Amino acid sequence: MNILLAVVVVLGIITLTQLIRVFELTKSLNGTKDNEVTDKENNGIANGFMLYLIGLFSFFIWLVWAYGPFLLPEAASVHGEKIDLLMNFNWAIIITSFAITHILLFYFAFKYKRTKGVKADFVTHNAKLELVWTTVPAIVLAIVIIYGISTWNDIMTDEPEDALTIELFAKQFDWTARYAGEDGVLGKSNYRLISGTNPMGLVTLETIVEKLAELEKKKAKLELKLSNAEPNGTIAENTEEKIRKIDKHFAKVFAYQKEMEMDSNLFLTGHDDIPVKVEFHLPVNKPVKFFIRSRDVLHSVYMPHFRAQMNAVPGMLTSFYFTPNKTTDEMRNITKNPEFDYLLLCNKICGAAHYNMQMNIIVESEEKYNAWLKEQPTFFAEEARVDKELKEIVASN
Amino acid sequence: MEAQLETATIQDEGHHHSEPFITKYLFSQDHKMIAKQFLITGTIMAFVGMIMSLLFRLQLAWPGESFGILNFFLGDKWAPEGVLDPNMYLALVTIHGTIMVFFLLTAGLSGTFANLLIPLQIGARDMASGLINMLSYWFFFLSSVIMIMSLYVEAGPASAGWTIYPPLSALPKAIPGSGTGMTLWLVSMSLFIVSSLLGGLNYIVTIINLRTKGMKMTRLPLSIWALFVTAILGVLSFPVLLSAVLLLVFDRTFGTSFYLSDIYIAGEALDSTGGSPLLFQHLFWFLGHPEVYIILLPSLGITSEVISTNSRKPIFGYRAMIGSILAIGFLSFIVWAHHMYITGMNPFLGAVFTFTTLLIAIPSAVKVFNYITTLWRGSIRFTPAMIFAIGMVSTFITGGVTGIILADAALDINLHDTYFVVAHFHIVMGLSAVLAMFAGVYHWYPKMFGRLLNKKLGYLHFWLTFVSAYGVFFPQHFQGLAGVPRRYYSWTEYPLFADFADLSILITIAAILGGLAQFIFLYNFIYSMYRGQKSPQNPWQSNTLEWTTPVKHIHGNWPGELPTVHRWPYDYSKPGKDQDFVPQTVPLEEGESDGESGH
Repeated sequence: MNILLAVVVVLGIITLTQLIRVFELTKSLNGTKDNEVTDKENNGIANGFMLYLIGLFSFFIWLVWAYGPFLLPEAASVHGEKIDLLMNFNWAIIITSFAITHILLFYFAFKYKRTKGVKADFVTHNAKLELVWTTVPAIVLAIVIIYGISTWNDIMTDEPEDALTIELFAKQFDWTARYAGEDGVLGKSNYRLISGTNPMGLVTLETIVEKLAELEKKKAKLELKLSNAEPNGTIAENTEEKIRKIDKHFAKVFAYQKEMEMDSNLFLTGHDDIPVKVEFHLPVNKPVKFFIRSRDVLHSVYMPHFRAQMNAVPGMLTSFYFTPNKTTDEMRNITKNPEFDYLLLCNKICGAAHYNMQMNIIVESEEKYNAWLKEQPTFFAEEARVDKELKEIVASN
Repeated sequence: MEAQLETATIQDEGHHHSEPFITKYLFSQDHKMIAKQFLITGTIMAFVGMIMSLLFRLQLAWPGESFGILNFFLGDKWAPEGVLDPNMYLALVTIHGTIMVFFLLTAGLSGTFANLLIPLQIGARDMASGLINMLSYWFFFLSSVIMIMSLYVEAGPASAGWTIYPPLSALPKAIPGSGTGMTLWLVSMSLFIVSSLLGGLNYIVTIINLRTKGMKMTRLPLSIWALFVTAILGVLSFPVLLSAVLLLVFDRTFGTSFYLSDIYIAGEALDSTGGSPLLFQHLFWFLGHPEVYIILLPSLGITSEVISTNSRKPIFGYRAMIGSILAIGFLSFIVWAHHMYITGMNPFLGAVFTFTTLLIAIPSAVKVFNYITTLWRGSIRFTPAMIFAIGMVSTFITGGVTGIILADAALDINLHDTYFVVAHFHIVMGLSAVLAMFAGVYHWYPKMFGRLLNKKLGYLHFWLTFVSAYGVFFPQHFQGLAGVPRRYYSWTEYPLFADFADLSILITIAAILGGLAQFIFLYNFIYSMYRGQKSPQNPWQSNTLEWTTPVKHIHGNWPGELPTVHRWPYDYSKPGKDQDFVPQTVPLEEGESDGESGH
């Protein structure tokens, strides 16, 4: 590949220098001036524009023919179908105006090239014409605007009450989907509780207690370091700073615990939550409302087949709802691709592995979905398992 | 009396050419020299930005392949064994965007043509303040140097995208480029904003106060109208970017949380709460959208001049053109949140911004129709400048129409941050502005350097550029419609996008071709400066005032008195005249009417 590229570059440079020499020679031979355009050149360029017009349109048609089949298949969600309709409507307008204006632009350039004995028309304006071409776009755009806004409002409002709620949680560089579990309520979360065993910062009595213990342990370690450090040195200063931070963190978590204790139910809603990675499932024809969170930088939930996208913003809960209406199997039939899968991609630059932050989505019948969900461990079970594993590792050491 | 005195001093200066190098070429306060400085600095930056884009295009076409050239430019750290590092990929994308948007198409474009054309076309001796003008350039220069310096930082330059959205840009632990690299980016941009404000204020004051006798606002060339509105946009919107940048500096350095909230990074929960990343986006795009028109309006202004001159025909609908410029300028301030439909902003705002954004299509359409009608029944002379201007109208249409789709909040849901957006803004903003800038350079090069650019090389440059430009960006629409996200280091992880691998290679080859074509221009630019044909005083038989100044530059522009303007600048092919052009300095004949009503 390298050699090929080098050859292309070298050849390019050689051609260029040769061309330049030819130009220089011809110029000195026939003595043309650089601010004057000969008729031959003028006609050549006029023809060139016509050729370009044909070329550009052919290129467009070729692209549609060659790559049209690989564009996104029909929408797999209820609102997505509305978006596709709106899109097609817009395409009709756009391609028409693109074609007409381009034909006029290049054709006029061709037709009205300088011709001997023909003087340009001194036309400065034409009120009637100008009124027409201001009003016509205005009317067309009014339709585009009204249609567009009503579709947008349709998608963003009318949320059904009985929607299934799922949280999509982003961090560098993976996604977690969290289901509400048996109680149907997503447990609370707090970023100050995030730890190795609790990457989403879920709030349960256990996670709070663990976090407090972890902070105390860290503090004890730092205090030991401080007592060994040279007083007033940089190490001591840094360590003191770290201890201050931990104290602050501890106080915040502690206060949070007190707050939560006012309503002990809040501790329980998280227990039965089901976090899943790599792949998540959705029941077909059932509205789903996604709550979207991020714990570090901006990410974006992008599910192109469902025509769905919403940013994940740290410190802010965002949401998007839609109703998938084609199962994965149906879509495999439609696309004639037995390996087809719905995808969740990250679509907001988030760091080095941004390009590979994805999750598979399976849409299936409600029974299959329920069966799948039952097999997934709850947060509580999962945490206990990880905890046990960690303890075993510690014990074996 | 006063005028005579002024004339005397001007002539005096004109005769003495013993000015030392340092004040003539470096710390010059002469607007013509400053214009050249902006052009040359902008061109150097453009080549840096272009080469960066070619480097990351190699990775996109042949992901994971080894290229000696990557290793040559980036070294073992960022391209070990010739394979581009993902962090460096993001850095290249970021700096490419920053350089092209700000350094080439803002400073390079406005800086060059506002400085060159404003005093010359309105009939002024120089800018209102030569000193401020000089400072504007030197702030820009410093800012360019710092931006280039940031490429050599150990952890890499800024790599959070040219929009530098926090928290990514605020947290060095999230991406290495957000360390010193980002600090330098912020310093560089702050200086850049200062430069832009100094320049902009000067342009506005000059246009308002220093027009020569008879140069009514309704007799200004459209290039000046465009530069005037551009300067106003810049002065009103750049300070907002400065505030966004300063707040980001506070968040990064002083522990404030304007943009940060509830963040856990690298094993630590930050103490910041209550900030909002959306605040930054609002502030950024409050500049960012007018910025698009800060780039486009001068381009449209240049195109108007070039098309009218070379069609030998008045620009069609002069007043409508001014109206469109003003309308676009005004609307550009109330559309910024169309960059934010799916950021979690209140959906109601989505509807509002869809409405305002789509309105911009109306004045834009008017401009396009006016250009096309200017060609109609003209007597078109295809100078290199003219063909670039026609190319610009083409890309302005192509990129503009896809804007109608992206403006629609409902459609943006699925297209936001995909290659469709990349195609859209590269065509409508990047290509249009670059083509217009070339048109401007080919047209006014004789005014800048007293010599003509080689015509044949100009033609070759145009065709290669125009073919490769569509070759690069037209197919990207299709990638976008397939859902390919932008700023992806590679797509090999996605079977879904595998079918587009060939297309990526085609795009990269077109990009390399386009890149090579620019070296033709560079060669022509440098060669003609010394050995190009000497230009006559008015090489394009144009009406505007700049062509009444002597070919050889003098301080104060006109050796004698300032010219008096008697007519609008578009009297081409006016019936009853011997020549097909009537310079603005020619008095109206008895019974002859001026401007749009002239027949």
